[in-house]
Amino acid sequence: MADKISMQKGTVSKVLKYIKKYRFLLVLSLVLAAASVALTLYVPVLIGDAIDYIIGENNVDFAAVTEYLIKIAVIVCVTALFQWIMNTINNKITYNVVRDIREQAFRKIEILPLKYIDSHSYGDIVSRVIADTDQFADGLLMGFTQFFTGIITIIGTLIFMLTINVSITLVVVVLTPLSLFVARFIAKKTYDMFKLQSETRAEQTAFIDEMVGNVKVVQAFSHEDEAMEKFDEINERLEKCSLKAIFYSSITNPSTRFINSLVYAGVGLTSAIAAINGTMTVGALSCFLSYANQYTKPFNEISGVITELQNALACAAHIFELIEEEPQSPDLPDALVLDNVEGYIAIDNVSFSYTPEKPLIQNLNLNVKPGQKIAIVGPTGCGKTTLINLLMRFYDVNSGQICVDGNNIKQITRNSLRRSYGMVLQETWLKTGTVRENITMGKPDATEDEIIAAAKASHAHSFIKRLPKGYDTVLSEDGGSLSQGQKQLLCITRVMLCLPPMLILDEATSSIDTRTEIKIQEAFNKLMEGKTSFIVAHRLSTIREADTILVMNNGNIIEQGNHTELLKLNGFYVNLYNSQFAH
Amino acid sequence: MKKLFVYLSNYKKECILSPLFKFIEASFELLVPLVIAAIIDTGIANKDTGYIIRMCLLLVLLGIIGLVSAITAQYYAAKASVGFAKNLRHALFGHIQSLSYTEIDTLGTSTMITRMTSDINQVQSGVNLTLRLLLRSPLVVFGAMIMAFTINVKAALVFVVTIPVLSVIVFGIMIVCIPLYKKVQAALDKVLLITRENLTGVRVIRAFGTEQEETDKFVEHNQALTNIQKFTGRISALLNPLTYVIINIAIVILIKIGAIQVYDGIISQGMVIALYNYMSQILVELIKLANLIINITKSAACANRISAVLDIKPSLEYKDTAPEKRQAQYSVEFRDVSLRYKNNSEPSLDNLSFTVKKGETVGIIGGTGSGKSSLVNMIPRFYDAENGEVLIDGVNVKDYPLEELREKIGIVPQKAVLFKGTVRDNISWGKNDATDEEIFNALETAQAKSVIESKSGDLDYVIDQGGKNLSGGQRQRLTIARALVRKPEILILDDSASALDFATDAALRKAIREIDNSPTVFIVSQRTSSIQYADKIIVLDDGMIAGMGTHDELLEKCDVYREIYNSQFKKEADVNG
Repeated sequence: MADKISMQKGTVSKVLKYIKKYRFLLVLSLVLAAASVALTLYVPVLIGDAIDYIIGENNVDFAAVTEYLIKIAVIVCVTALFQWIMNTINNKITYNVVRDIREQAFRKIEILPLKYIDSHSYGDIVSRVIADTDQFADGLLMGFTQFFTGIITIIGTLIFMLTINVSITLVVVVLTPLSLFVARFIAKKTYDMFKLQSETRAEQTAFIDEMVGNVKVVQAFSHEDEAMEKFDEINERLEKCSLKAIFYSSITNPSTRFINSLVYAGVGLTSAIAAINGTMTVGALSCFLSYANQYTKPFNEISGVITELQNALACAAHIFELIEEEPQSPDLPDALVLDNVEGYIAIDNVSFSYTPEKPLIQNLNLNVKPGQKIAIVGPTGCGKTTLINLLMRFYDVNSGQICVDGNNIKQITRNSLRRSYGMVLQETWLKTGTVRENITMGKPDATEDEIIAAAKASHAHSFIKRLPKGYDTVLSEDGGSLSQGQKQLLCITRVMLCLPPMLILDEATSSIDTRTEIKIQEAFNKLMEGKTSFIVAHRLSTIREADTILVMNNGNIIEQGNHTELLKLNGFYVNLYNSQFAH
Repeated sequence: MKKLFVYLSNYKKECILSPLFKFIEASFELLVPLVIAAIIDTGIANKDTGYIIRMCLLLVLLGIIGLVSAITAQYYAAKASVGFAKNLRHALFGHIQSLSYTEIDTLGTSTMITRMTSDINQVQSGVNLTLRLLLRSPLVVFGAMIMAFTINVKAALVFVVTIPVLSVIVFGIMIVCIPLYKKVQAALDKVLLITRENLTGVRVIRAFGTEQEETDKFVEHNQALTNIQKFTGRISALLNPLTYVIINIAIVILIKIGAIQVYDGIISQGMVIALYNYMSQILVELIKLANLIINITKSAACANRISAVLDIKPSLEYKDTAPEKRQAQYSVEFRDVSLRYKNNSEPSLDNLSFTVKKGETVGIIGGTGSGKSSLVNMIPRFYDAENGEVLIDGVNVKDYPLEELREKIGIVPQKAVLFKGTVRDNISWGKNDATDEEIFNALETAQAKSVIESKSGDLDYVIDQGGKNLSGGQRQRLTIARALVRKPEILILDDSASALDFATDAALRKAIREIDNSPTVFIVSQRTSSIQYADKIIVLDDGMIAGMGTHDELLEKCDVYREIYNSQFKKEADVNG
């Protein structure tokens, strides 16, 4: 509990840092809030005073009444103006703060180590940047507009009431918190019911997710009746616990309303008696009645606001967790900018593992001369991508070093190292935007001729031309309606345009029809001409032509050599190779 | 949407009682200002303490009546809405299960899931609110006005003017804001998209070093989002100040008119206070009403989406009685079969004819989109032919009752789907009363024994939802076992060995051939090695049969087959040779 509170305090002070920029606006907002609350509270007093001049038949002081009424009208207009300005300022502070936080979070994403991104679900990170900030904004705004004014209203009302009549004020003060207790009491009692409801609901959603998501399989195995039976069972349970949760929680409002009517009756009784004794006017009575309403309202609201604020703080804590995440080590101050790469790559006694308990690559040595082709083979999940991760410095080696043209890649700027490689992954990634924007990612200033030449070289030009708007066709998320093969060709074109000196290629295994596959193969071959290339290979033809084959299994490179050498070795490679022909 | 009211029909009593009790609550609430007026005009004026106490007790009594009626109303509303949601979910779940593949394809499963969950929840709370508030809020608003009329007609005219003006402002601001909220949502979606893209494409973005460009793009869209949020905020922030001004100006006028009426001796001072109280009640209720209407609009949209699903008629009809047995020459026969998917102009399968004898193995190969899966999906009648007929044991598939047809067939779908539960539960999908021995036999044939041996070793090993605790290949082997356990007459493997390595794939095919009373097998594959030894290979190209025959025949006469084969084998064969 103490931990929770200190954590919340920490979060609050972090939020305050972001708000600091807007402190003048914040002060203005607070001043306006205090002013408008004070004026709002003053209005019932004036109305009461006006009523006091309306005594009975032939006994009305019109001059005094009119004077008060004009005063009221003016004050009301001023109050409304204050309220509007205050709300606008609150909006501005909230949305600007949230914008700043969101931007900070995004900037962090851009420099987070791949290790973090790979080990967290995208949904989780996205929901921190989007949903949590949104929820935080709601809470912050509500806090500004309701929490603060609520408290001022309570204090202000108390002061105003005390100036009119002390004993009646006591009646209000004693009775009102009752509604708060009742609301608390009900909330506590219903908490378990709500928990049960949301658990049951989650159970049902999971079941729906499975059965409706895979309805084709359900039908193929004629499993509909069993599914319905199970569904009904959960559905009945959900009905029962929902009814309880909804009903018992809906008692809160009538109950607090009832307490309010008790307060009302109490105020009516005491102030009427005071009026008889002449210690209070009828106008003051009417004023008290409207205060009794106003005073209870913030009490009823505040418990809701507090929950909302706690919720907002929890969301903020989520976002700050992301923002405070350790970024990748920055480039060294004297880091080398790689230029005119020849393509020597030396992997020197490298060891690497994702987790210390599970060693992966151990003491790996490899020397690649410019223009050589290195094929990486092995069963799925054997860790072929790990090697790519190390070459591109998405991950840092644990020991040993990788050198490009004799320079340790840790001493090279990440940007220039990565730009020296052309990378085509099997999982194609295209961003939303036009075809042209996607192709020119690595070379934004490419001319039209260069783009078309690159597209022609990678056999993509003909299908791009057939798209509705050619190179200006807008692709929706992840390539939209393009086929897998077409996406792959676009990714190749992207690399073809920059023609980097070294390549990392990942051959597609599935779901591409033969003709496109041949085109991709040709494009790959063209790309590789004279360049140092690493190919995650699935095709024996590629493997056979490689200068060196790395055979990987369970994260380790277990055999290394060219095709003939490996066949002679009569080991894992031979098995893998022969299984292709197993009948 | 109206059709959904059927699901409320069990709750007629609740639907009447809930608003009725709300009505009672509101009516008594409207009496409160009159009681206060009586306290002032009679109690204070006559200095009658006993009267005042009686009146205050009356206030408490009114409060108790209000409390009891409100709680009763809440109970009935909760009961009706929760029951309604239960009935609706049941109906929708059953309906979705009865849809055929064609409808499922058009709708998409993810939309169906949202409709079953969040849409129904929204409708449930809409029903609940409507039952509770739809009658109450207008009643309080107009009731207050009517009460004002009973006090004094001239003063009541202020209400007649104020209520419409307030309504215009409250509803006007909401009408302006709703489309703005949609814009905010769209702007937020854009920011979300960029964030997602930067995660999914993190390797490509870093490889090309375009982090700065991406950040600039994010900042730009983030700012756009902030701007539209602030603009919307400024407009919605008008609501409170404007209504505050109007209601108070109305009160000022009310007091002015009241003063004149009191001077003329028409009404009393207490009545003026009562009028003032009625005016205050109106504002609260109007804002509640506006929120209610927003809620109902949202619920109505959800209700329409749900009805849209319920309105879809399953396109397949089934016979109830089994066809008479006849001695058939072929296990499966396609006669001039064409298939066209809904909304597609081109047929996916065009005029297919072939025959398969019992126990034969048929390989189906072709590029993506050539119609391989479509072909096998027509055998268990997931889709119906547009022209021609599909026959099993000489009987048109349309003449089988659904259960009997599907019993005959064991299908292993492309996507290896397993369900939360034990291995036994999952395999028993294929045969409800399967014994452990039958299950083990199926696992053995499917090369899946090693899967459970690598886990806990028995059939009680619990599979997570979506089979997350198994690898792709393990899942695939279990789905094959699930299809085998029912000892189907026809076994369909729809590209379902893709995650298996070549050796396991080969062992699997061998094991299937060795089953007693071996089934007719259809193997869909991208790899020529998987189908090379089939009794018959069907080569599909663009929905048409490009060649049919054994491997050797096709190599000789079918160009498409040779092209596929060469791309996968030729160079390797050179090396091997």
